[in-house]
Amino acid sequence: MSPLSPPSPALPALPALAALAVLLLMAPALPGIAVKTKALLTGRRGAPVMQLYHDLWKLLRKRTLLNPATTWLFRAGPVAVIVSTVAAALLLPLDGRAAILSFAGDLVAFAGLLALGRFALVLAGLDTGSSFEGMGASREVTFAAFAEPGLLLCLAALALATGDLTLRGMLGAPLAAAWPRAAAPLALVGISLFVLLLAECSRGPVDDPATHLELTMIHEVIVLDHGGPDFALVLLGGALKLALFGALVVGVFAPRAGLGAAAAIAVLAAGLAAVAVGVGVVESVMARLRLSRVPQLLVGASALALFGILLLLR
Amino acid sequence: MPPAAQLLLLLVMLSDFAVLATTRLSGCIRALAAQGLLLGALPLVLAPLSAHTVVLALGTVAVKAVVLPRFLAWAIREASVRREVEPLVGFVASLLLGAGAVALAFGIAARLPLARMPDALLVPAALATLMIGFIVLTTRRKAITQVVGYLMLENGIYLFGLTQTASVPFLLELGVLLDVFVGVFVMGIVVFHINREIDSLDSEQLTEPAD
Repeated sequence: MSPLSPPSPALPALPALAALAVLLLMAPALPGIAVKTKALLTGRRGAPVMQLYHDLWKLLRKRTLLNPATTWLFRAGPVAVIVSTVAAALLLPLDGRAAILSFAGDLVAFAGLLALGRFALVLAGLDTGSSFEGMGASREVTFAAFAEPGLLLCLAALALATGDLTLRGMLGAPLAAAWPRAAAPLALVGISLFVLLLAECSRGPVDDPATHLELTMIHEVIVLDHGGPDFALVLLGGALKLALFGALVVGVFAPRAGLGAAAAIAVLAAGLAAVAVGVGVVESVMARLRLSRVPQLLVGASALALFGILLLLR
Repeated sequence: MPPAAQLLLLLVMLSDFAVLATTRLSGCIRALAAQGLLLGALPLVLAPLSAHTVVLALGTVAVKAVVLPRFLAWAIREASVRREVEPLVGFVASLLLGAGAVALAFGIAARLPLARMPDALLVPAALATLMIGFIVLTTRRKAITQVVGYLMLENGIYLFGLTQTASVPFLLELGVLLDVFVGVFVMGIVVFHINREIDSLDSEQLTEPAD
């Protein structure tokens, strides 16, 4: 393990905390923005953007009903999802300069924490012993096996472009300096990350977040047995993951090292909203892919990142 | 090297991947046409503007981006081929093969002793297009996709030729374009006849004698 990098001030920088607060508070709005975009593009009014906040509030006031077949793994799943996702958020330099926690190689920790959240959720699904959930778990893990190498390749390309092994550096000032030198590879990495976002956050064309038909679902089907506050945590975890990947995409395309703290946070918020609009546009112009075609899309995204790495190595 | 040329060459390599990834014949042909357009635009940004480069660009666009793709699309329609690409090697595996080919192209390009050292991306792009064309040629089952692979192979040779534009006589380039055009025409006729005779464009069936 590498030691923590030079003692950041005893208290984490205030802008970083403020940016984290913005991310956490804004996350539930992102699926709403995507759904609203989709509705407007198809000529419908659509659900309110704030729908998920209402849903979360409603679920949190409910009682938890447990399937008698489940064990503690089932209860631990949603908690682990939230904790690992928030921990991953601590590693991202959300205000463009400083992450709350940063050490050499934290990019692997970032990918690992996201994988841990998925692992906990899959275990919770399998714990119910339901065949539906088992099927969803199998799909989720199959696609993860293609998506995770892609994420690591993207992060490796960023590390290579900036010569920095911390997320703070990869998405901070060194990245802004790298853009004029390596615009093409960085753009490829950004596009690849956006495709991975669609897969990791179970959005279209990989999954259909609008349906609750078990046969077509990937991610949603694992959490069929969760209810009440547990389900609220799962939903919040999903929204947070979307926000995290969104922040990664925004970080690549809009390095904010040169901006003031308030401006950087405003750019982050605007960027997240733009990513959510992008997701909505993709979902309205593309049909859902056949399950057997999803690995092809993910390998394509990884190939883009690999191509970026080759261009950087040249 | 001008940034515009860099961008064009990157897009050429991406169109290679697009051909590998598409599952429909029409998508394959569209990607090929896009590649032809990019190749046509290249001489304009690489060399100083002159009558030679403009004619070369126009000729390339006309043949590679308009005539040949139209001809292939016509062949699909006429021969009523099934619209799916039928790969012998899966799409995922061929994408990975393609990524390997690009890596190999960069590796070889760094070591290739060339008389006139061209711009950084040109040789790798040429080699990558050549190799991916060969992958398409060998791993796709249909005669049409084999023509596409052959044309990509030729695109790679064209790109390689661009490294020497100053020294290649104009007539030779026209000759190459004409060769390809005739070649594809002949292949088209053969493809069409194969379809008439045995009601399939599956070249595997040619290995067994029919009576």
